[in-house]
Amino acid sequence: MPDQLIFAMEVFLNGLMAGVLYALVALGFVLIYKASGIFNYSQGVMALFAALTLVGIMEGRVPFAHLINATFGTEIHHFGWHLPALAAILLTMGVMVVLAWAVNKLIFNHLVNQEPIILFMATIGLAYFMEGFGDVMWGADIKKLDVGLPQGINTAIDEITYGWFGYGFFIDNLDIVATIIAALLVIALVMFSQYTKQGRAMRAVADDHQAALSVGISLNFIWIMVWSLAGFVALVAGIMWGTKMGVQFSLSLIALKALPVLMLGGFTSIPGAIVGGLIIGVGEKLFEFAIGPMIGGATENWFAYVLALIFLVFRPQGLFGEKIIERV
Amino acid sequence: MLDATDEGYVTSDGRKIGDVLMEMKNITLRFGGVKAITDISFDIRQGEIRAIIGPNGAGKSSMLNVISGFYVPQEGEVWYKGQKRPQMKPFQVAQLGIARTFQNIALFEGMTVLDNVMTGRLNYMKTNLFQQALWKGKAEEEETKNREVVEKVIDFLEIQSIRKTPVSRLPYGLKKRVELARALAAEPSLLLLDEPMAGMNVEEKEDMSRFVLDVNDEFGTTIALIEHDMGVVMDLSDRVVVMDYGKKIGDGTPDEIRNNQAVIDAYLGVAHD
Repeated sequence: MPDQLIFAMEVFLNGLMAGVLYALVALGFVLIYKASGIFNYSQGVMALFAALTLVGIMEGRVPFAHLINATFGTEIHHFGWHLPALAAILLTMGVMVVLAWAVNKLIFNHLVNQEPIILFMATIGLAYFMEGFGDVMWGADIKKLDVGLPQGINTAIDEITYGWFGYGFFIDNLDIVATIIAALLVIALVMFSQYTKQGRAMRAVADDHQAALSVGISLNFIWIMVWSLAGFVALVAGIMWGTKMGVQFSLSLIALKALPVLMLGGFTSIPGAIVGGLIIGVGEKLFEFAIGPMIGGATENWFAYVLALIFLVFRPQGLFGEKIIERV
Repeated sequence: MLDATDEGYVTSDGRKIGDVLMEMKNITLRFGGVKAITDISFDIRQGEIRAIIGPNGAGKSSMLNVISGFYVPQEGEVWYKGQKRPQMKPFQVAQLGIARTFQNIALFEGMTVLDNVMTGRLNYMKTNLFQQALWKGKAEEEETKNREVVEKVIDFLEIQSIRKTPVSRLPYGLKKRVELARALAAEPSLLLLDEPMAGMNVEEKEDMSRFVLDVNDEFGTTIALIEHDMGVVMDLSDRVVVMDYGKKIGDGTPDEIRNNQAVIDAYLGVAHD
């Protein structure tokens, strides 16, 4: 087998893994959009916020330490404990639920029946607020996140592929774990929405608000639930990204890659978010590999957006989105 | 006049109508400066079919929306089962056992007929998320129990053949029937029907009329309905409230309404001199 092809295979696999991470963020967007029609621009920042909070809780950092020290002239930074990862994750999940409640109580309950663009603007505001809030709460330094996920080259794959091709593939253990966790997460979400009472209520709300009210479903409860779910997905994404490249504020920018993913997959489809994520992940890696050197590289920055643009022209509803037909 | 005493009354076909189930007291509803309902009072009794009729824009749908909690009246009280009902959200009203259908159909288009009807049972499902996720036995038992009620309703309304069809593919008349099925699945103590025959052909109207009568007969469900079609209303209902320009202009048995001069004027128009 020619070297180029073997290389391409490795790039393809790595692309798939990267795509999984995009898909994770996109999934959070889809959940909220389906249930409430709100396009939640702040989903990426939610992932950042979740990761920040997780690190903070795990390492026993004092929230608002800068603010407290500046105001009272104290020098406190740490509580002096170190929580096990699982406990910290559970606590962070609690924080995300409180956040979901607060977002609905303080923002969206006051914007009922507003235009989608107003709701969208509100989420942009929320994104910047959370970014700033996260900064004030936990500090702006890049934090290392280690919840005990395996990292580094997977030696088994390296050896096997070396045996086959005489060239060992570099596949990061973290990417493999991320893929498995993402798959489990999606399965759990699908089971939840298809087979539980709350899932049925969630689908009902996603479909028709009036009808949902008439069978006794509290929209408010469902919205808080959906935002909590999105917070949970954000936490998982935050852990993956954070472990990979440290918890830093540029995470929220990477999360914007979820937008082209959604344009590809469709804004209302969970499978769409997955497939869209994989296509973008593989697409941008292969493009960089094959075409990148000819045009000076750095194509990963824009490839996803151009691909999405082309999709918008030919299939505006995305691969799996609902076709919008207005009756006249 | 069929003067409703506290003990209720017996209909012409011999059904016993019981106590007051719901009472509207001096309801006034305004949208900005427009009065949709002006000082209307009437009651709905256990086991009866109560119709609210009136020309277009009379405020019938507004009245139904007040009953089901979608609109909050500025003045007046709603009494339900002998108690004054505090201001409630629509989903809380639904949890009280008041189910409804909508004039322009509000179904979950993306779900199957069966799933749609199952949503009517949500308030009867008490197991929480963790039980459903971890302890399958109890949740499954609950699902089966509720499923039985749903299947009974589906049988009753003769929609077995479309159980697994997504609602979006159904024709209009069947959608109306699925909506009724969903409301019935909640085993409501009061069923509100907003123009159940609107937009139907004669055959579909006859079917729907039969279902409404059967529901009342078989389950003893109290029904309040809004309808345009005078013929249908007179055949179906035990007592009728007539509204015009947001005011009540008549209240009584179909026979009384037929002979009520104010009602005749409202429907046929009257010469002003």
